[in-house]
Amino acid sequence: MTDITFGAANPAKVDTAPPVKVRGYWQSVAYRLRYDYVTLVFGFIILAIVLAALLSPWIAPMDPQKTSMVYRLKPIGFKQFTLGTDELGRDILSRLLWGGRTSLLMGVVPVGLAVLIGGTLGVIAGFIGGKINMLIMRTMDIFYAFPSILLAVAISGAMGGGMANGMLALTLVFIPPLCRIAETATTQVRGLDFVEAARASGAGTASIIVHHILGNVLAPVFVYASGLVSVSILIASGLSFLGLGVEPPTPDWGLMLSTLRQAIYVNPWVCALPGAAIFITSLSFNMVSDGLRQAMDVKM
Amino acid sequence: MWLYVARRILYAVPIALGVTAFCFALVYLAPGNPLQLLLPPDASAEVIELIKKTYGFDKPIPVQYAIWLGRALTGDLGVSIATNRPVTGEVLGALSNTVILSVAAVILAFSLAFTLGLLAAWFNGRWVDRLVTGFSIVGVSVPNYWLGMVLIIVFAVNMNWLPATGMGSKGSESFRLTDWEQLRHAILPVVTMSMIPLGIIMRTTRSAVSEVLNHDFVQTLRAKGLGEFAVLRHAVRNALPAVLAVMGLQFGYLMGGSILIETIFTWPGTGFLLNKAILTRDIPVLQGTILVLALIFVATNLAVDLIQTAVDPRIKRA
Repeated sequence: MTDITFGAANPAKVDTAPPVKVRGYWQSVAYRLRYDYVTLVFGFIILAIVLAALLSPWIAPMDPQKTSMVYRLKPIGFKQFTLGTDELGRDILSRLLWGGRTSLLMGVVPVGLAVLIGGTLGVIAGFIGGKINMLIMRTMDIFYAFPSILLAVAISGAMGGGMANGMLALTLVFIPPLCRIAETATTQVRGLDFVEAARASGAGTASIIVHHILGNVLAPVFVYASGLVSVSILIASGLSFLGLGVEPPTPDWGLMLSTLRQAIYVNPWVCALPGAAIFITSLSFNMVSDGLRQAMDVKM
Repeated sequence: MWLYVARRILYAVPIALGVTAFCFALVYLAPGNPLQLLLPPDASAEVIELIKKTYGFDKPIPVQYAIWLGRALTGDLGVSIATNRPVTGEVLGALSNTVILSVAAVILAFSLAFTLGLLAAWFNGRWVDRLVTGFSIVGVSVPNYWLGMVLIIVFAVNMNWLPATGMGSKGSESFRLTDWEQLRHAILPVVTMSMIPLGIIMRTTRSAVSEVLNHDFVQTLRAKGLGEFAVLRHAVRNALPAVLAVMGLQFGYLMGGSILIETIFTWPGTGFLLNKAILTRDIPVLQGTILVLALIFVATNLAVDLIQTAVDPRIKRA
């Protein structure tokens, strides 16, 4: 910094302005989030759900697999079963806690993988442009021709049930939208002066992408992905509900909903519990995603 | 504009071809020999030879695809393993039932969502707005298969007002609007199905109308002494094309994504057919249903784009 003082005979006597706090991008995002109480509350709900799922071996009151012929389909609050029992006499509360593990895993892993694969493809398409862009983006267009649930059902329906197949199907469903967002963000930045300047000063392609492009792509990709977690949980539970996805006897919210459906006339409100868990989780992720979008000032 | 229309239609062709290629590839995604997947397990050796010849399984894959595509274009999607009937007939038979649900759900969602979205935009930032915005997030977050179960619990099990599942006692092959019994069966699935489009159309209406209300011409309208109601009418006219486009897309999503709701309500549409095909590993039906649904989705998107161009001449896309 150079010291330039205008018309000051005695520099020592010039009033220096108090230092203005300049916040960085992430600092200002954190600042905005700190006063967004709605987002904070739903963020804590997510934290609580994740903790409950992680700690389920220690906090679950019973063994989620222990069946009992005597205590089948008992109502909420029956003896030691706080939330009742299912059609095999297993404790619903314990199964809900354990089920959070598979349901959250099925929600988060596909989105994470799709961010990596779709994001990379998008940045490549956007940065290289030309024929490569055409090839990648037109291929993605084909997958846009399917409603997401139909695409997931098609892939896992053909490959057969199982958690791995379900996650693979969901990953394939989420790659196209993430690729498109990364491509748009990259294309917007690619032609800007600072990229030119970096290139002129001798930066290689890899270093330009890492230092100049990624920073601009991450925010929209992150915000979009946080919203996708909600979609992913909904579709993953839907797949398990249809008998694709998670297989019995593994506890999973979608699967629990599917097997309890048979007991809807016996014990209706117990049957609705796993769905309520899916709903609260998906709602929380949507609310937090909305808050992040506003705090990070991302327009999509 | 005609140039755009022609280009847009031409652009849909490679996408439709890509969709057929994906559906063809589904057979190869499935574990096991594709030939066995297309045949009943008790097929005799002669039948297997015959099918191998006619479907060209002894030829390279691109040739197989060409043969399959040629058959699909003439309406031959193979034969169901479970029922031994042609897949095309099964899909078309189920299609009308799904169309009925989707059309009714979109109309219900639109009429409610447009009114509420308009209110939210008008009372921007007030409690009505917050309520509507909150409700639209709930609409897209709720697992609709669970919502369907809750509605069954409340209205069928507890109150006994409406039938829980199925399409009525008098056969489930065709739906007639005049049949009160069938209409009663359609109420819960339609309400359940309208939930997601309700949330999305509400959000779109709110943002489209409030964007128009911020334009300068709205101020001019007020300045020349127009009443608030007349101002709102102008805003609606300007926001409508965007909302209608979203509504069209939602119709496409409902048509293709009906599997969960139709499974819950055992409604004999394409989604229910798809679910049966998954349970019985009936790959020809799975493949055929997905092909038809995806092509309908492509066609819906195309139609929405073209109608939007016709309605709103400002949209001149290259």
